[in-house]
Amino acid sequence: MQPVEIKKDIFWVGAVDWNIRDFHGYSTWKGSTYNAYLVMDEKITLFDTVRAPFKNDLLHRIHNIVDPSKIDYLVVNHVEMDHSGCVGEVIDRIRPEKVFCSAMGKKALIDHYHREDWPLEVVPNGGEISLGARTVRFLETRMLHWPDSMFSYLVEDRVLISSDAFGQHWATSQRFDDEVDTSELMDHAAKYYANILLLYSPLVTKLLASVQEMGIPIDVIAPDHGLIWRREPGRILEAYGRWARQEGEPRAVVIYDTMWHSTEKMAKAVADGIQDEGVPVRIMNLRACHRSDVMTEVLGAKALVFGSSTLNNGLLPRMAGMLAYMKGLRPANKLGAAFGSYGWSGEAVKLMTQAMEEMKFQVVDPGVRIKYVPTHDSLRDCVELGRKVGRSVKEAF
Amino acid sequence: MKKCTCSVCGYVYDPAEGDPAGGVAPGTAFEDLPDGWTCPVCGAAKDAFECE
Repeated sequence: MQPVEIKKDIFWVGAVDWNIRDFHGYSTWKGSTYNAYLVMDEKITLFDTVRAPFKNDLLHRIHNIVDPSKIDYLVVNHVEMDHSGCVGEVIDRIRPEKVFCSAMGKKALIDHYHREDWPLEVVPNGGEISLGARTVRFLETRMLHWPDSMFSYLVEDRVLISSDAFGQHWATSQRFDDEVDTSELMDHAAKYYANILLLYSPLVTKLLASVQEMGIPIDVIAPDHGLIWRREPGRILEAYGRWARQEGEPRAVVIYDTMWHSTEKMAKAVADGIQDEGVPVRIMNLRACHRSDVMTEVLGAKALVFGSSTLNNGLLPRMAGMLAYMKGLRPANKLGAAFGSYGWSGEAVKLMTQAMEEMKFQVVDPGVRIKYVPTHDSLRDCVELGRKVGRSVKEAF
Repeated sequence: MKKCTCSVCGYVYDPAEGDPAGGVAPGTAFEDLPDGWTCPVCGAAKDAFECE
């Protein structure tokens, strides 16, 4: 339980959650971390806390550096309970002189913990405080991804403590980007963006522009989850810029659920058609793929093709859930089409097409419906649908 | 016409721009937005807005 120094006198004092597998609907197959940072200066300052059951991990790590009661300031960048769950016990323990937060953060802390007696001090966007040798500048980042969110920038150290932005849900014993496999790191970062930040893409674009305008040099980006970016902070900034633009890449995803394998046959035929046009495609059966992993593929793909059989005049429940989840995350600039088998009424294709229209996708075809079980001949319509999708993808680039 | 700011997320509704993505034409005053209209950034209702 050694603390990790990320720059002189700046320590990671967070906790690793090796066991979490479901983060309110996000599949965390490899766990997560709750990062908190301690700065040793004239004013000893703790940035964020951890999820409630991990309070002792935090305090133990702090103890290895300093007696927690010596902490002067607490900064709450984000009130969501994975970062503030133990804030009450921590405040009672350390009795900080001040607790800094955003204006919305103050409201959120009071609404969560109902403790008007805490020494809450609101800092404005761009406001600064001195810790002694260091200055902390606060950047309000409303709705990235809660109303209260803010960043803390350690001016002299060029360290950006970035709250939930730039994070990843990934439990590791390593703490830095240069200690792990880069492609796995970027996969986790992409999944995090796709499932947490995608709907706030217009705000991410604005934030990145304003950070560039301010011209603040950044050596280290220290998020509240996962690995700390010290070798290549530019890599994650560039990726966020790209993901926020939602341009997609020339590839497609076929997302389906099936009742008696007829829609599955159609899914394979559609994917064949897409491949015939030289466009890479991934087939994702909702019984095998978690919705949050589907979103990771959706983030980068230009075309999405949805397949569902009709059940009780509607969609199969996994597809209905997938579309509800996806709509909330607001993917943009996609091409789309739908297909599905049916027995007598066959509403699924219409319902999936409506969902795409609500998300403002460009629907490239009215869709293919096949009664009961497809034949070799009727599957040709699916191959043709795939080819049409593939051609549309190529035309978009 | 007045600009109005969302008290939740800070989005500014500018009547000159409207909210084309939400089907609101430029030139629409805040008062004339339909009751069901919500903030395009955070989804807050009209009563969460403060006007200049």
